[in-house]
Order: sequence, then C-alpha cells, then structure tokens
Amino acid sequence: MTANIQEMRMAHKLLARMDYELGKVEKGYTNRTLYINLSDNTIKSKPVTEQMKEIFVGGRGFGLWLLWNAVTGNTKWNDPENEIIISTGPIGGITQYPGAGKSLVVSLSPCGSVMDSNVGGHFGPLLKFAGWDAIEVQGKAENDVIVYIDGNKGYVTIEEAPKEDVDSHLLVEQLTDMYADSEEDKRNIAIVSAGRGAENTLIGMLNFSFYDVKRGVPRLKQAGRGGIGTVFRDKKIKALVVKYAGVKGDSNGPADKQKLINAGIKLHKEIHDLDKLQNRMREVGTAHLTEIMNDYDLLPVMNYKYGSHPDAVKLHSEVFKKYFTQGMPDGCWHGCSMACAKAVDNFTLKTGPYKGQKVCVDAAEYETIAGLGSNCGIFDPEYVIEANFYCDTYGLDTISTGTLIAFIMECYEAGILNKEITGGLDLRFGNAEAAMELIHQMGNGVGFGKIAGLGVHRMKKIFVEEYGADPNFVQDIGMELKGLEYSEYVSKESLAQQGGYALTNKGPQHDEAWLIFMDMVNKQIPTFEDKAEALFYFPMFRTWFGLNGLCKLPWNDIEPADNATTDEPAKVPEHVQNYIDLFNGVTGKNITKEELILQSERVYNFQRIFNLKMGYGTREYDIPPYRSMGPVTVEEYESRAERYDNQLKEIGYDIEGMSTEEKVKALRKYREDQYQKLCDAVYKRRGWTSNGVPTLETVKRLGIDFPDVVELISKHQ
Amino acid sequence: MIKVNKEAMEYKEGITVQDVLNEKKYTFRLITVVVNGKIVPRDEYSSYKINDGDNIDVIHIMSGG
Repeated sequence: MTANIQEMRMAHKLLARMDYELGKVEKGYTNRTLYINLSDNTIKSKPVTEQMKEIFVGGRGFGLWLLWNAVTGNTKWNDPENEIIISTGPIGGITQYPGAGKSLVVSLSPCGSVMDSNVGGHFGPLLKFAGWDAIEVQGKAENDVIVYIDGNKGYVTIEEAPKEDVDSHLLVEQLTDMYADSEEDKRNIAIVSAGRGAENTLIGMLNFSFYDVKRGVPRLKQAGRGGIGTVFRDKKIKALVVKYAGVKGDSNGPADKQKLINAGIKLHKEIHDLDKLQNRMREVGTAHLTEIMNDYDLLPVMNYKYGSHPDAVKLHSEVFKKYFTQGMPDGCWHGCSMACAKAVDNFTLKTGPYKGQKVCVDAAEYETIAGLGSNCGIFDPEYVIEANFYCDTYGLDTISTGTLIAFIMECYEAGILNKEITGGLDLRFGNAEAAMELIHQMGNGVGFGKIAGLGVHRMKKIFVEEYGADPNFVQDIGMELKGLEYSEYVSKESLAQQGGYALTNKGPQHDEAWLIFMDMVNKQIPTFEDKAEALFYFPMFRTWFGLNGLCKLPWNDIEPADNATTDEPAKVPEHVQNYIDLFNGVTGKNITKEELILQSERVYNFQRIFNLKMGYGTREYDIPPYRSMGPVTVEEYESRAERYDNQLKEIGYDIEGMSTEEKVKALRKYREDQYQKLCDAVYKRRGWTSNGVPTLETVKRLGIDFPDVVELISKHQ
Repeated sequence: MIKVNKEAMEYKEGITVQDVLNEKKYTFRLITVVVNGKIVPRDEYSSYKINDGDNIDVIHIMSGG
C-alpha cells in the first residue's frame, strides 16, 4: 500500500460493523440477503424464503421483490426509502459456462420508473460467495461512505471515506490497492462505484470492476441504464467493496456439477471453432455490429434521422480492432471464452482533467460507438474512445449521453438552441470538440452541461418553456420513453422493434427484444399475431438471463453449426437446452423450457404492476416518439422516398401530385394506427387489459396475486 | 424475376448466391441461405447458381448488441 493510500485509509471513520457466520452456497443460493441502511447505519441479515426463490428466482426478481416491500407509490428516487439492490442469481458465479457472472441492479430511477440494469464484472458472484444472495442499500449517509464486505473473515463495515477520488478509474485503483493484501490478492476484490457525473446529472451509471490479472489493472463494466448511479451518489455512497478469495468450480454449490461441465464443454468448443467465422466476439466484441447496422440501414445517424452514412466506415470494427489489444483473456467473469470485453491500452487522453495521461480504456461497445459516434454525426474513433473513457470515469451512461447529445444537436441545427444558450458551444452534428466539452460540462455540472445532464425527457419541457420550441417537434424527435433515452438502433421500418422498444418495462433498451432482422429482413413475423407472439416469447426468454446472473451474448452471438436446420433457429434451441441444464444442474430442480418462460412471466408481470404502483404501467406510457416509427421531417422522408412511396401505394394511396409534407402526414397516420393495433395484439397475448394492465386472471395463473397486487390492479380491470 | 426474402429482384443470368447477398448488402455472418426450401452450405455461396423464378430466403439470426 502506498503512502497516499495509507493516508486515505487512515482517514476512514468506522460508522458500523457487523460480524457474520460464513455460510455456504447451496444449489446457487446463500439463502440470506444483506440489508444496509445508511441513515441509521443498520447492517443486518434477512432470510431468503422458499417463496422468494420459487416466484422471483433471483437477480432482478429478488431486486424487484425487496424494492416493492421498501417503497410506497409516492416514494421518489431521491427519497431515503428508495433502495439500490444488487443480486446475481442462482446460476451466477459458475465457472464452467461462458457469461455466468452478471449482476442485476434494481432501484427507482430518476426517469420515474422501476429500473433494472445488468452488468458484468465480479461483484455479484463474489458477493454471493461472501455469503449474500443480494445487497440492499436504503437510506442516505451524511458524508461519503464505503461499504466493505470481507467474505473470508465474515464482516461488513460502513466507513466514512473522505479522501478517495470519486472518478471511477482512480477510485477503483485506490480501493483495490487499499483492500488487497498483496498483488495476488487484487483479483479477489470487486468494487461498485460511480463518478462525478453521477452527482451532477440524472443519467449516472454504476461501474462494476474486475481485476485484469494480465494487464495488472482493474477494469470496468457498466450497469449503464436508468440513472442508478445518480441514486448511488445521492445516497453518498462512494463505493461498495467485496473481497472474497477462493473461487472454485463448485463455489456455487451445484446439485449436479457434471451438467454444468457438459454444457460448458459444448459451448467452449463452439466458440473456439466458430466465433471467427461468425461474429468475431473474441477479436472485436460487440463492435462487429457497426458495419452490419450501417449496411442494413439501421445505424442511428444524426439523432436517428438516417440509418447509414458514407463516413461510418471510419467506425467499423476493423478500425477499432487496431486499437483493441488482441490475444488477451477478455472475459468479465471466470470461464467466459466469448471474452468480448475489449480494451484499448496506453491511450493518451487529449482533453479534460486527465489530459496527457495514458490510460486503459474499456472501449468500445457497439452502443457507445453508435451513440457517441454516428448518432451525433461524429465518425472519429479516437473521439469515441476518449468520450467512452470520460463517461466511464465520470459515471455517465454512454447510451443516454449519446442520444441526448444527438437530440441537442438537432435542436441546435433547427434553431431552437444557439451559442448564447449553449454558452458558446457550437453543437452542430459532427462537432466532436464541442461534444467532448459538453461531456466535461455534464461531468462537472457546469454550463450547458447542467441542462444536458437532465436527460431528453426534462430537456423537452425546458426547450418548450424557456426557448420557445414547438412542443410537437421536440416530442417527435426527442428519443426517450418512460424517461429513458433510446438505445442505438433505428426502429423506423420495423413495427415489431417499435414495440420491442416501447412495450418494455424499463423503457427503450433493447435487452427485452431485438426483432429487427426477424421482422424487417427475414420477414418472418408478418401478422400482428406473429409480432405479438415474438413480443411475448423473446422478452420473457431474455428476462430469464436477469433472474439467473447470465449474459445474453453466449445465447445468440454464437450459434451451433447446424442451428439453421432446427425448427426455430431464432431461438437457438440447443442453447436454450444448455440453459435448462445449467439451471437444473445448479438447483437440482427439473424445469422445462416452458417453465423457464413461466419463471420470467412472473417477474415480468410483477415489474409491470410495480410500474403501475409508481404511477406508470398503462397504455399512455407505451406510446413512443414518432421518430422511432417513421419520418418526422421532409428530409427524412426523401432520404427513403422509394420505400415510403411504395408503402403508401400498397395501402391504397394515389401519391401522384401529393407533396412530401402530405405524404409524411399520410404515412404517419397509417403507422400510428398500425402501432395501436400492435399494442392491442401484444396486450392480449401477454394477458393484459386493453389499457396494458395484467388481468386478475393472469396474476392468479402466475401466482403473484398477493393482496396488495390484487388491490392495485383491481382498480384497473 | 427471383424472390429474396419475399421481395422481387431482377434475375441476371449466371448470378450466384454470393451475388445476391452482395446486391442486397446482406453482410451479416450469422445467416442461412435457403433456395427453394433447400439449405445452401456456406462454402457454396460463390458457386451455387440461381435460376430464374427461384425463391430465396436469407435467414438472419437475431443478435443485437
């Protein structure tokens, strides 16, 4: 420990300590959760009941159940009653199968809704092996604190920690150094942190660390969506730290380890043999998507106006590959051979408080490249890497940052904003320098950054009330729903994906459904009923990963060689069977693929009802901004004139003599009507009323007919 | 005329599966090509000749980031 770190440690003031019996993980569970209240420094253990496991499974499910019991319908995100809950899930922590180290974070979001966010790194599994299925943090501290969990000695502390930095890349290094007994011990430490930007904006995210042994540095993965980092800093949490040494292949206490081994061997071989022919995740991670989205006209360009750009070639994966250090074991949990967490080493920063320093940047995922890059009309890979670094260390969600800057840029070019309002920033599309300066302002809570950091939803109101913007225009182009900024795909030509984004619990994040190819390219779901079935199955299937501590990428970013010959190749049936084997192998249960969906249905519907409790969760909140559904402006229409003209002709319009404005209006009427019909079909398939509320029959069937649930939804039947 | 993913496309004498993929800019790697109900192996894309009137499905597996 260096002198500087010692000084930081000496400045800690112990506020509370709880010693606990070290337990054992049995069949994926420790059967207890850790509750912490920062207002009165309570630390206590709560039991996990069989009902919790049966109905909520783990991960997101546990988070939702614990939060439901902690808040009322009037609780706001910055009330002390709000909680942050982190949990992995019964399968989380196994080492035999790729992608089994995820944590799920649940909280009331500054967006207004009940938020869940998933993240890699080591925290969730090490928390479990330290003795806890979840950590639940309520209340607010008076001064910055660190919560430290020692999973080998069996104690938890709350300590005031005034001297450590707040920015994650420094904080995580300091705390890893502080709590490790040796260089070798560093791999046993995992940290949750945010950054200065999470204090100064509503789009703060959480960084979850894992120690990269080969590089000798801590690395960061992100629970990006939904502003939970802002909640974290509002509670004056500087960091959560867990230390556990001794991870082994049976640390998760599986009932039948051989099932895990068998499934793992199959997938490792598949990745080894086929990844380089398929998505090249081991070489470039999700960055492989940039050129594909550009080719298919799905890459967001200039606030989702367009789907491709000639300069997008500068952001292709072959460009980023030159920055990613190759041949490194880039998995974010043990045993992941998909190894897609790429990094740029020795990157010299050109701007900001760390200008001139060489850093390791956890960059770049597709969402960040598209969000900070093409969506802002910026096609400079080094800008993307630097912006990625600062978003990470400041604790800013790169998706929300990119989408909100894109919105600002369009408003600037439309004359709603000007240099007087932006404090001199020339925020036209493509101006990387101005965008970078805006990120620093957001991080520091100064200048126009204070307004930008509020997010698109709040900016719409401000731009109307204070700068005279046309409310219809900003509503149409402001790509947010339920308070959450859209992630980075152009859904305009895919009705199924419009629903995939808008009919979500948390808001327009693509983790529930990514149906663009199935709908737009393969044309496999032509009817409303087909789309409704897809918008039932895939959100339910994908929810399951978040109950169990799993990453979705090994499900369908690699496929078996014979997958095309199966009945339903989109589901990747062999991998579904792998997941069933993993669950049964860990828990000793004997679920089927139907029961897998049922597990998700329970939690999914519960989350929908939770949103209802918080004042959302009905049809009016499922209606997206028109930019996600079709061309708002004449220039957008004309960029795809042939496609749109053909559609108007197909639906019976004689477009001869129609102006483009008239065609925009006609197409809009048709598409908005189509979307309403989609809602009808989806609600019916999901077992909801025509207003989007789960029916009494549905909640009874699922076994979530708790008295307070029934009382709430009865008013909406 | 041929059909590719249910859309009409002009037929050119001698075109192969790969030519069709290039024309449609179907660059995604996780695809399966089915011509008249029969799967075409990946290593035959450059040699498999398409006939006038053929019905081609290029199935993309979903992915997404």
